[in-house]
Amino acid sequence: MPGFALGVDPVRFVLDTLGKTALNLLLITLAVSPVRQLAGLSNLIRLRRMLGLFVVFYASMHFLTYIGPFQGLSWPAIAQDIGKRPYITIGFTSLLLLIPLAVTSTDKMMRRLGRRWQTLHRLIYLIAPLVVLHYWKMLKLAGREPLVYASILAVLLAWRVWRRYGRARRLRIGPAAASKTVASRAPAGTSVGSSN
Amino acid sequence: MLIRRPSDIKPSEITPESIYLRRRELLAQAIAGGLIAAASPVSFAEPTPAAGPAATLNYRVNAQYTVSAAANTFEQITHYNNFYEFGVDKTDPASYSGSFKPHPWSVEIAGEADKTGTFTLEDILKPHPLEERTYRFRCVEAWSMVIPWVGFPLGDLLKRFSPTSRAKYVEFTTVLDPKDMPGQRERILPWPYVEGLRIDEAMHPLTLMVVGLYGRELPNVNGAPMRVLIPWKYGFKGGKSIVRIRFTERQPRNTWNVADPEEYGFYANVNPNVPHPRWSQATERRIGGGFFDQRQPTLMFNGYTEVAGLYRGMDLRANY
Repeated sequence: MPGFALGVDPVRFVLDTLGKTALNLLLITLAVSPVRQLAGLSNLIRLRRMLGLFVVFYASMHFLTYIGPFQGLSWPAIAQDIGKRPYITIGFTSLLLLIPLAVTSTDKMMRRLGRRWQTLHRLIYLIAPLVVLHYWKMLKLAGREPLVYASILAVLLAWRVWRRYGRARRLRIGPAAASKTVASRAPAGTSVGSSN
Repeated sequence: MLIRRPSDIKPSEITPESIYLRRRELLAQAIAGGLIAAASPVSFAEPTPAAGPAATLNYRVNAQYTVSAAANTFEQITHYNNFYEFGVDKTDPASYSGSFKPHPWSVEIAGEADKTGTFTLEDILKPHPLEERTYRFRCVEAWSMVIPWVGFPLGDLLKRFSPTSRAKYVEFTTVLDPKDMPGQRERILPWPYVEGLRIDEAMHPLTLMVVGLYGRELPNVNGAPMRVLIPWKYGFKGGKSIVRIRFTERQPRNTWNVADPEEYGFYANVNPNVPHPRWSQATERRIGGGFFDQRQPTLMFNGYTEVAGLYRGMDLRANY
């Protein structure tokens, strides 16, 4: 549009673009493992940490744009929004949940946490649906776009469920193997969706 | 030696007689236009093709209705608005309204009135002198503008059809034209768009039938050829591209209320004390400000408190 690089409403444009970018990057991050497995590109794993940190960066910029230019640093209004408006509560919660993932993204933290690192980072399976829900509920009318995002996310998550389920079936050769599989997988399974 | 041959073109051939005879009127209009331009602190951007015809209107400025804040530019008003018939993005109306044809146009007058029938746009508009009024415009999404509309009081139009005593409400229907309105090809909302007012709201002198913007014919983007504007209500109450006006005894079912009754009511009066379920209505962002501009407090009835009497004794929290 002539004369307006960021459109007539630059605040809204920047807010929406940062949020949308964070969401896109989040789905790309979640696509790394399936693509890696299906295409046999094991090197892709190197990209995942960087992509994840980009998600946190854009989500943070999105939040800063919201509290600064959008809400004008009006803390009562911001607190009211976060407390009272479900889609903002959801968005804020997902940003908070991303922070421990960013903090523990270093090699040192990975070593220090050991097996618990993976358990902690399964939080992303809670965060991703929350982010899609935040986007969905933000829109006046849902339309097609949030459905597309939800479908892509559903495929990415379903692939993981299918893989685990499929593997469990392959391992279920004898009763001992089956019970062993269930026992070893129970804690990991319950940790998905918890907020530890 | 240069001998210049006298020109054999007669002055009457240069300027058509009809315009020559209107020279004083045209001069007066040009001067008036210049004064308005000089008095307004806004820049006059050239209309883009999507912004519609540049035909100028004959109107007077109603100085009773001005706003202390600077008006938004023509560019801003025609490139940032909601008109879901053309798509849900705020730039969709500007992008996709180019092929929409607001001429020829006819309007059906129906329901509880003595004179009903279908009228041409010219018949509808003919008796009404146009005036410019600058109003605050407040969207339900908590952004706002200041807009110089050209139109006439809606009540003057409605009275011509002699509504009966059973006419308690007025319903406005927007054109259904999926060929030139791409948004209508999707089931975003139940089309066509319907809005309504209580008869006393419709007859209030603040309520306008708008046919112009910045002295020009109303661009397609903003609801050509005519739209309703109620400055103390959220913008969605003002139906655009009206093809039907119906007087009714029962409250019309307005589209947004049908689509999402929790979020959008029938009244939709601007009210800083009644939040929308998804955001506060206490403040608003004035479009066109800087990136770090503060929000402004939203005024009760968008500052048009003279309408408060219409709602005396009503619970505005329940009738949002």
